[in-house]
Amino acid sequence: MKMVVVMMIMMVMAMVSEANMIEQTCKETPDFNLCVSLLDSDPRGSSADTSGLALILVDKIKGLATKTLKEINSLYKKRPELKQALDECSRRYNTILKADVPEAIEAISKGVPKFGEDGVIDAGVEAAVCEGEFKGKSPLTSLTKSMQKVSNVARAIVRMLL
Amino acid sequence: MASSESLLPVSSQQDPLSDSRCDSIPESRRRRPIKVHLAIYSGFLLIALYVTLIITHGGSAPKNDVNDDTTVESRARLAGVSEKSNDHIWNLSNDLKGEAFAWNNTVLSWQRTAFHFQPEKNWMNACPGPLFYKGWYHFFYQYNPNAAVWGDIVWGHAVSKDLIHWLYLPFAMVPDQWYDANGVWTGSATFLDDGSIVMLYTGSTDKFVQVQNLAYPEDPKDPLLLKWTKFSGNPVLVPPPGIGAKDFRDPTTAWKTSDGKWRITIGSKINRTGISLIYDTTDFKTYEKHETLLHQVPNTGMWECVDFYPVSKTKDKGLDTSVNGLDVKHIIKASMDDTRIDHYAIGTYYDSNATWVPDNPSIDVGISTGLRYDYGKFYASKTFYDQHKGRRILWGWIGESDSEAADVQKGWSSVQGIPRTVALDTKTGKNLVQWPVKEIESLRLGRKKFHMKVEPGTVVPVDVGPAAQLDIEAEFKIKKDDLEVVFGDDSVEDDKEFSCETSGGATVRGALGPFGFSVLADQSLSEQTQVYFYVTKGKDSKLKTFFCTDTSRSTMANDVVKPVYGSFVPVLKGEKLTMRILVDHSIIEGFGQGGRTCITSRVYPTKAIYGATRLFLFNNAIDATITASFKVWQMNSAFIHPFSANDLGVPSST
Repeated sequence: MKMVVVMMIMMVMAMVSEANMIEQTCKETPDFNLCVSLLDSDPRGSSADTSGLALILVDKIKGLATKTLKEINSLYKKRPELKQALDECSRRYNTILKADVPEAIEAISKGVPKFGEDGVIDAGVEAAVCEGEFKGKSPLTSLTKSMQKVSNVARAIVRMLL
Repeated sequence: MASSESLLPVSSQQDPLSDSRCDSIPESRRRRPIKVHLAIYSGFLLIALYVTLIITHGGSAPKNDVNDDTTVESRARLAGVSEKSNDHIWNLSNDLKGEAFAWNNTVLSWQRTAFHFQPEKNWMNACPGPLFYKGWYHFFYQYNPNAAVWGDIVWGHAVSKDLIHWLYLPFAMVPDQWYDANGVWTGSATFLDDGSIVMLYTGSTDKFVQVQNLAYPEDPKDPLLLKWTKFSGNPVLVPPPGIGAKDFRDPTTAWKTSDGKWRITIGSKINRTGISLIYDTTDFKTYEKHETLLHQVPNTGMWECVDFYPVSKTKDKGLDTSVNGLDVKHIIKASMDDTRIDHYAIGTYYDSNATWVPDNPSIDVGISTGLRYDYGKFYASKTFYDQHKGRRILWGWIGESDSEAADVQKGWSSVQGIPRTVALDTKTGKNLVQWPVKEIESLRLGRKKFHMKVEPGTVVPVDVGPAAQLDIEAEFKIKKDDLEVVFGDDSVEDDKEFSCETSGGATVRGALGPFGFSVLADQSLSEQTQVYFYVTKGKDSKLKTFFCTDTSRSTMANDVVKPVYGSFVPVLKGEKLTMRILVDHSIIEGFGQGGRTCITSRVYPTKAIYGATRLFLFNNAIDATITASFKVWQMNSAFIHPFSANDLGVPSST
């Protein structure tokens, strides 16, 4: 019985402190609410250290890039007049998936976070370039803006490792 | 608060309370006491979850002003951090101004340099273990065999007779042991008393721990040092207590202590204090760690690629790493992980207790206003003593300033700076001077001499033919009458707080500057990079000179980082203003006042390429006429290529 009580108390403490970890971390990013919602909703968030939180954010970048590429592919048929811009966006988002994300994962895992910072910054840059291709009439605005925001939050967390 | 969340791709917002641990507790059909236990158990859980809910959501209460304060404060903090960094140019909103440029292969392939070291393709960074042995200069580099971004790091290898004409060799070391399975990283070579070489390098183990390993040439009779043997007892050093497993890398060349042992230093950090650990050894296999540090500086973050070496106070030549004595000062240099800047400081080394004290603590290693080898894009640098010519040589890694998509498309990323001699400035005693190695002059083809007087507000084309591969040496004089006028004129305000980086670049006109060259310019100057002096009248009416490079108009493309770089440059009484510029496609290296202030920059013009590249001389000062005397050489390619049997017959240059 005593064991059970002790275990309960320990669990409460662990949950409280982990919840605080996410909160403390997200306070130091440019978008507290976005940060918290991304980390809270991920099952790994509750037990991650700063590196782990950064890797979760990189995973969100990966997921968002995959989703955006799907959207780009579907737009080729619906909006054939946008082919040139879609081609450039395709190239840019493929860079995020094939270069930025693997670089960031490797760098953060191995403890050379500055290359991780390069990768996540670049994700935001590639999204901004893609958005600019449509000269104000982009069908991807909500996705590219998301990527820029997630990239900014990710960068802030990676910088905490430096 | 709601809007940002609605844009998210995350699967449905999960309320932590809905995590159905409570629901999944099965009804017990067994003895009563178990039921009681379970009831208490679930009761505690409910309380625990409720408490957690209160605490987490308390912080994120949707009061707008509370959140705004939080985000504003953290943005300011981030801005403060970014401003220290050289790569602070991506503003936080990441909205790009100007036109996107669709990079194509023609424009991208022009960017490849002709006489700077770079591998045939893919990513390169820092320069471990440079050395001279049996007639060859050896250069090793961190290399990714698989991509144009950092990753999968191996040791690339190249050799040269003259530090300019490089020949690619097979990889020297790859991650084939548990203690370097995740990366064969930077290290340094030491020559033992018998002339043999030991190499210490950092490995990232299979468990991502950073350790130091020993390696040596498999065949010391092979001048090309093709194969390397890793010591069977590796690792020789693991992170000591109190040091993070991922904060322990880049061991230096060893130096002899007065009691005949070898001593090395390794950079690290404790919280935010950058530190340099000290180890003594007699055999490079077992080490004694000192309790004290070589040096530490608070608030500088992780120290990477630490370098420690003596410089002569009176002579121009280089010194072997073990030299010590009255005529000697010692340099500590570190690469600051969080700002990507290489800082150094001059000081005194005390061998008896392995400590070092800076001459000027206010510009200690890593302090943002302290000295840098280079005020532009230049990192992970390392020196070695060239026993062949009695000089100390500095290598610097020059990354890209463009997007990774462009790097992937062009298939490569990063170059090395031209190796520089480095020595103490015997005239000022307060800074180092660097200069491209003399061997680079072997690339000079033809020469044109110019002598031009340039009125205020003028730009003059300089006819040199092709203008993408140039060596420029120039001397400037400000017309004496103009100087006297400016000095006498109280209405000409002291240029308060001028700084290259923040004062607006080369189009902002002052009484006595800016003036210099526009390189990699097109005929209409729609693209150009200015390398220039800006002279100010200081508070005490003394002249203060700055040497800057403005890349903000270097390209029409908007997915490229385009800062203004530069710094104060000491100019002593009686000296003329001199600058040297090496132009090599997408890299520009500027040397002010004989190398007192150096600036490397990367630029990616879209129009000022191939036959359209031009050179201009400009004077944007308001009040001063400038006379420029300068020479411009075309520079040949270094034809860097894979080593072949033919190359064995290459004569060494004297």
